[in-house]
Amino acid sequence: MTQADLYTLLPLIVLVIWACALLLVDLLIPRGRKGITAFLAALGLALTLGLTLAQVSAAGTAFQGMVVLDGFARFVNALLALTGLLGVGLAYGYVRRMGIERGEYYTLLLFSVAGMMLMAQAADLIVVFLALELLSIPLYILAAFARPKETSEEAGLKYFLLGAFATGFVVYGIALTFGATGTTSLSGIIAAASNGDAGLLLTIGAALILVGFGFKVAVVPFHMWTPDVYQGAPSAVTAFMAAGAKIAGFAALLRVFGLAFSSLSADLTAILWTLSALTMIVGNILAIAQTNIKRLLAYSSIAHAGYILMAFVPFGNAEVLPVSVAAGVFYLVAYTLTNFGAWAVVIALEKAEGRGLDLDDYAGLGRKYPALAAAMTVFMLSLTGVPPTLGLVGKFYLFRAVIAGGFYGLAVIGVLTSLISAYYYLRVVVIMYMREGEPERVSEPWLNLTWAASALAVVLISLVPAPLFAWASQAVFALF
Amino acid sequence: MTNLVLFLVLAVVAVVTALGMLLSRNAVYAALFLVLNFATVAVFYILLEAPFIAMTQVTVYAGAIMVLFLFVIMLLGAERLPGTEPLPWQRPLAIFLALVLAVEAGYLLFARRAAGGMFASAAPDFGSPQAIGTMLFNRYLLPFEVTSVLLLVAMVGAIVLTKKEKGGRE
Amino acid sequence: MDSALILEWVIKSAILIFVLLTGFAYLTLFERRALARIQVRIGPNRAGPFGLLQPVADGLKLIFKEELTPAEADKVLFTLAPVVTVVPALILAAVIPWGRDVTLFGRQVSLSVADLNVGVLYIMAVSSIAVYGIVLAGWSSNNKYALLGGLRSSAQMISYELALGLAFVPAILLADSMRMVDIVEAQHPWWFVVIQPVGTAIFLIATLAEVNRAPFDMPEAEQELTAGYHTEYSGMKFALFFMAEYAKMIVISSIAATLFFGGYLGPGVDRYPWLGPLYLFIKIVILLFGMIWLRATFPRIRYDRLMAFGWKVLLPLALAVTFITALGIVLEMLWLIPVLSLAAGLFTVAMVHRALRRKAYARA
Repeated sequence: MTQADLYTLLPLIVLVIWACALLLVDLLIPRGRKGITAFLAALGLALTLGLTLAQVSAAGTAFQGMVVLDGFARFVNALLALTGLLGVGLAYGYVRRMGIERGEYYTLLLFSVAGMMLMAQAADLIVVFLALELLSIPLYILAAFARPKETSEEAGLKYFLLGAFATGFVVYGIALTFGATGTTSLSGIIAAASNGDAGLLLTIGAALILVGFGFKVAVVPFHMWTPDVYQGAPSAVTAFMAAGAKIAGFAALLRVFGLAFSSLSADLTAILWTLSALTMIVGNILAIAQTNIKRLLAYSSIAHAGYILMAFVPFGNAEVLPVSVAAGVFYLVAYTLTNFGAWAVVIALEKAEGRGLDLDDYAGLGRKYPALAAAMTVFMLSLTGVPPTLGLVGKFYLFRAVIAGGFYGLAVIGVLTSLISAYYYLRVVVIMYMREGEPERVSEPWLNLTWAASALAVVLISLVPAPLFAWASQAVFALF
Repeated sequence: MTNLVLFLVLAVVAVVTALGMLLSRNAVYAALFLVLNFATVAVFYILLEAPFIAMTQVTVYAGAIMVLFLFVIMLLGAERLPGTEPLPWQRPLAIFLALVLAVEAGYLLFARRAAGGMFASAAPDFGSPQAIGTMLFNRYLLPFEVTSVLLLVAMVGAIVLTKKEKGGRE
Repeated sequence: MDSALILEWVIKSAILIFVLLTGFAYLTLFERRALARIQVRIGPNRAGPFGLLQPVADGLKLIFKEELTPAEADKVLFTLAPVVTVVPALILAAVIPWGRDVTLFGRQVSLSVADLNVGVLYIMAVSSIAVYGIVLAGWSSNNKYALLGGLRSSAQMISYELALGLAFVPAILLADSMRMVDIVEAQHPWWFVVIQPVGTAIFLIATLAEVNRAPFDMPEAEQELTAGYHTEYSGMKFALFFMAEYAKMIVISSIAATLFFGGYLGPGVDRYPWLGPLYLFIKIVILLFGMIWLRATFPRIRYDRLMAFGWKVLLPLALAVTFITALGIVLEMLWLIPVLSLAAGLFTVAMVHRALRRKAYARA
């Protein structure tokens, strides 16, 4: 271990040490004042974010090629630290209100962010696997955090069992890949695959890893757990999980599939195409029937996994892939901001006993709380992909890249499913403004800040998206 | 020659214990067969000149994990397995998948053996504690440390999910 | 592999088992006499001079006793459990070196049955499977008390195995090897008990719990569980449990002697290798007497306190000791190890004392 090794992982190491220290400090903080823990956790994440942005050095691997630091890792790490900050902000008032305020909430969240960041920096399948576990296990626990509430326990158990199942696929895939290439390092796999002696075994291994990741990012047909888990888990956890797990999952997909398995494009393009199309169609159609806002957002998150997966479809095309992946990364940013905003609104209206989550509870919001309703409208429009929102810009970049890759059919499916999704997203807007009702909202400074800032960001960045897209492109292009 | 005889005897034991684990209708017996199976596998490792792995296998799997299995089985009094299958399609599916695995392993063994790329010769003391320690703390330092964090998280999680809060609701 | 080597192994194994079995028999006598002395009694002194034939009489009695098998018991496991308990106790001794190599009948003979390069791990592995016999005995008897005893012992053994495993680490680190012979030879001139006294103490406490000896004999607590896991056993099957316990006592004493008290080392061993086994024997006897003394002195610990002690006191202390040992070796300041670890040990004792005092006040 050298200084360079430490430097490469500096934000991550700081975060993990911070989380361990927080675990101890939390013991000294009296019950009922766990807000201090939240504050300290946020401080740690802010520090991590700062360190990530301050990391400037040429791309390089560390720890004997186990991890890599490059523009992409920095970009994703910054996004993940931001996700963690938003997650803490959403949880701050929520966990107190729901009577589940315990210091471990924040330490587990920090550990999960650490796992996600490790995922973004992984350059070896062993690290990918460990990072996957490190990000998942805290999420399993957080999903069940509202115990002994039955829905929360069910969510935790379901998520854990299916997550363990998915992990099995990943491990088996890694084993087969190792068998085929004799190495677990991504660069080693590239070298072995380009020699052409890997063959069928590598393809099977890659497919199994894809199944495992498909579970994690909720791609159809591996999405069954999503609605129940998203609904049962505490809302603040769901918001964090929906964004964080997707970012990390797709970052790993990019590292593993975009780079290491790029020789398999002939076999995998069709699979990815099908998965992406299926996910968009199934996610959006099932969302129509939902009357619970958490389930609706769950299906919406499945559908969005499909959109993001589109970015990987032009996989064998070396010219288009960087652009499309950059578009995918941009879409991830858009989705993260919109997602947190929408969940913040949900949390603002949620009552302790799980009431306030039906679409009907949003009736009259437009009259009583115009600002909150306006923000929710922005998020719904962004999820649909209607101007002037970030969602539109993201979809525009994505569809453009996919069309450039020659996948017209997929682009058509994307547009059509977006039209379908307009039905249920706009229904929320219609209920808010057109129906009479007396909604009760909770006003907490951090919560208000989250939805207000997200709404502003979603609108403002959509007006000048070029700098962010340029940053994302720069981050991604460095990879290829 | 001695090794071959030893291997064949052990192979029979391993297969029989694995079958016994699957077929016994009593969970305690199933667990004990599994322990025997682990012990047999440990002897395989010794034959392969990897004593460290062999001892770890016995300590961790037979000595710790299976004891906890037995503990839970006995504590819950769950030794009698139900006579009916909760998932009737499970058995044929499992048999099919096992056959796939067997074919795959066979393919690997024979097709790859012809190519000769499969059986890299190991260094003479690759299984010694020193070699494993060097490997673990140099090449695999990061995975090792990440694993320790992972175990810490799992431990915290188990406590969070089971501990009754003082004066709490439960 | 020549036949002489195999013959050598067979002879050595036979001697080892013979020693352990005789040792077991006379250890029971030794314990009864010593306990009696401590309790101002005389103890068995009728059979033979000083009661030396007492073990023989006991053995004969046990052989002729009726063997009962409970009607609802699981017959196979009920019969198997005593065997499963005895075997680990006997094979555990295989890696202990009794002395340096000696020349016998013109051939070099090493005085241990197996000289493994992972000797310490072997001990860990075998002692970790020793729990099965007790658990199975408890379960197969189909008796609530027996089952509770079995469960208690499995929980206890798993808990104390952690501290035990960590207590091996200082010896391994100081010797830079997991081979038992290397560990013994590395204790020249300083025994590891001098360098790492706290580690030795942890080892001794944890092994006491591993063999279910007083004050950690919860699994067979008479007052609560009648006799715990061997409630339903009688005759020779009971004798096997008895034998396993005492054989294990001998074996762990010899392990402790080997790891921390210089094993077969002692004055004059360099010139007369035959003194090695004698020194080892003396050390074992002293350690065994310590165990008996503890049994006579301390009352049994309450079960929850036993667990709390293992997890909250012994395990953290063992971690600290491991860390301190590694630190001293890295800094190449071996004197640091006893100083720091004694400080850590005293701190722990002080904290436990404070916690207990506070509890006592709270009760008053």
